[in-house]
Amino acid sequence: MLRRPPPADAARARRYGGLVSEILRVNPIACTGHGVCAELLPELIELDPWGYPIVPRAPLADDMLPLARRAVASCPVLALSVQKGPR
Amino acid sequence: MTVAVMTRPLGRQASLPRLLAGPPGHRTLGLLEHEQTHGPLPLPGLRGRAQRDSAGRLMDVIERSGLTGRGGAGFPTGRKLRSVAAQRGLPVVVANGSDGEPASAKDRLLLTRSPHLVFDGISLAAYAIGADRAFLAVHEHESRLVSGLEAAAAARAAAGLDLVPIEIVGIPGRYVSSEQSAIVQYLNGGPALPTFAPPPTHERGFDGRPTLVNNAETLAHLALIARHGDQWFRSAGVPGAAGTMLVTVDGAVARPGVYEIEMGTPIGAVLMTAGGLTERPQAVLTGGYFGTWLPIDIAWHLPLTHRDVKAAGGALGAGIIVALPDTSCGLAETARVVRYLAGETAGQCGPCVFGLPTLADAVADLAYQGDLRAARHIERLTGLVAGRGACKHPDGVTQLVLSALMAFATDVGWHQERGPCYGVRRPPMLPVPGDMADW
Repeated sequence: MLRRPPPADAARARRYGGLVSEILRVNPIACTGHGVCAELLPELIELDPWGYPIVPRAPLADDMLPLARRAVASCPVLALSVQKGPR
Repeated sequence: MTVAVMTRPLGRQASLPRLLAGPPGHRTLGLLEHEQTHGPLPLPGLRGRAQRDSAGRLMDVIERSGLTGRGGAGFPTGRKLRSVAAQRGLPVVVANGSDGEPASAKDRLLLTRSPHLVFDGISLAAYAIGADRAFLAVHEHESRLVSGLEAAAAARAAAGLDLVPIEIVGIPGRYVSSEQSAIVQYLNGGPALPTFAPPPTHERGFDGRPTLVNNAETLAHLALIARHGDQWFRSAGVPGAAGTMLVTVDGAVARPGVYEIEMGTPIGAVLMTAGGLTERPQAVLTGGYFGTWLPIDIAWHLPLTHRDVKAAGGALGAGIIVALPDTSCGLAETARVVRYLAGETAGQCGPCVFGLPTLADAVADLAYQGDLRAARHIERLTGLVAGRGACKHPDGVTQLVLSALMAFATDVGWHQERGPCYGVRRPPMLPVPGDMADW
C-alpha cells in the first residue's frame, strides 16, 4: 500500500522546506527503458507498454526516499533523479 | 448562412492593416518603400548612461502597450525584455521566423512582405536589452525567403541602419526544430532538437549568454510600437488583448490566406474576412496542429484572445483557424494529422517515439474501421503519452486528439457503431507536408 503524505504535511513541508517536497524525475531523452528502476521500486514506478517508466508526480514520502535514491543510483544511463520541489 | 457580427463599436475603428501595410499586393517592401510606409527606424544610437535611460524608456513603452508573444504562448513581451536585460552577461536576440506549424504561413508572409519591419524590431529589441548580436532563424529549405532576407540585410548594412549585426540562420525544416530550446541548441553547434530541462533561455541561451527569443511577428509589432507609442497599439484590439495579430485562415472559406485582424475579433468574423464560407462548417481547428477542435456553435462568436479561446477549451497558438465543412470527417482529418505528427517526433524520448505511432494507429482505427472500444483505447493512450517527453510535442498531439473526441462526439458514436462515415472519402482539408508537391 502506497503511503502518501497527508495534505497538511505537504503544506508544512513546503513552508519549512522539508523533505516531502522531493520528487522523482526521468530525463526522457536519456532513458532507454532498461526498466531497472521499476524492478527496484515497483511501489512507485510502473512501466508503460513500451518499457519506459511512469513515475509519480506527487512528492515522495519520507520512508520511500532511501529506496528512491537506490533506484536513482542503479539507473544504467543516469536518467532517473530525485529533485526538490515540483519542477 | 449569413451572420452579421459587429467586431467593435463604430467610431473607434483602428486603421488596419498595420504589419501588412504598404502598396497593394504581396510583393516585398524595399528599404525605401518600408521607410515611406512606416517611417524611419527610431533608433537613437546613444551610448553609455543616455543609452541605458532611453533603452529603459523603450521597455516601458513596450510593457505599457500590452504586447504579448505572437508565437503561440502569449507571454508579455515587455516582461520578457526586462527579465533578459536583468541577467548578468551580454545578451543576444534571436528572432524565430520559422513557422513550425505546417498549417501556419504568417511568419513566412510577414518576412516576405515586410522584412525590414522585422529587422527593425530585432534592432530595437537588441537596443532595449543591450545585446551585441542578433539572429533571425528561418527554415533552410525556404531558399527564396532566405536569399530575400539576405538581400534585405545587405541593404541595411549598406545604409548603416543596425547597431548590431543581424545574422540569418537557416534551421532544418522540421516541426520540432522551431521549438525555442531546439533553435538555441542549433545555434550553439548542436542538433536542432529540443533539450531536456535546459537552463531557461533568458538566463543561459546562445553561448551561455542571456538570450531573448521572440517570434518574428512579435518583433514587427515592437518596431511599430517604438514608432507610434503604446496608446496607438492599444487602439486596436480589446482590453487585455491589445493590438492586431496575423492569422492563417484555411478550410471552407472563399479566400484562404494570412490576414491581419484585431485581437478579440470573433472567429466567425475572421472567417467572413477570409471571403466567407463556401460550405456549412461543423467545427473549427484553432491554434494549428498543436491546437484544438471547437464545435462551430462554440467557435463562431468566440473572440480571438488567449483568455477567451482557453476558456472555451481551445488554444490560440500561432493564430491558425481552419473551418471544417459539414461533409468532412473530423476524425479522418485528425487521424491524418496525428499520423504526420507521429512521424515528426525528434526521436529522442521513448514515450513519444513508441506512443505516438500507437496513438496514430488507434485514431486511424476509429476513423476507418470503427471498433467499439476505439475511443476508450485512445483515451488510455493519451494518458500514457502526455507530459512524458522532453518537449511539448506529445502533449500537443494528445490535446488535438482529445479535443477531436469531444468536438466530434457524435461522429465517434457513429464510427464505433456503424463504421466509417461518408466524410472519410472526401479529399482532406488539413494540409500535411508530403502530400503537397511544392512543400
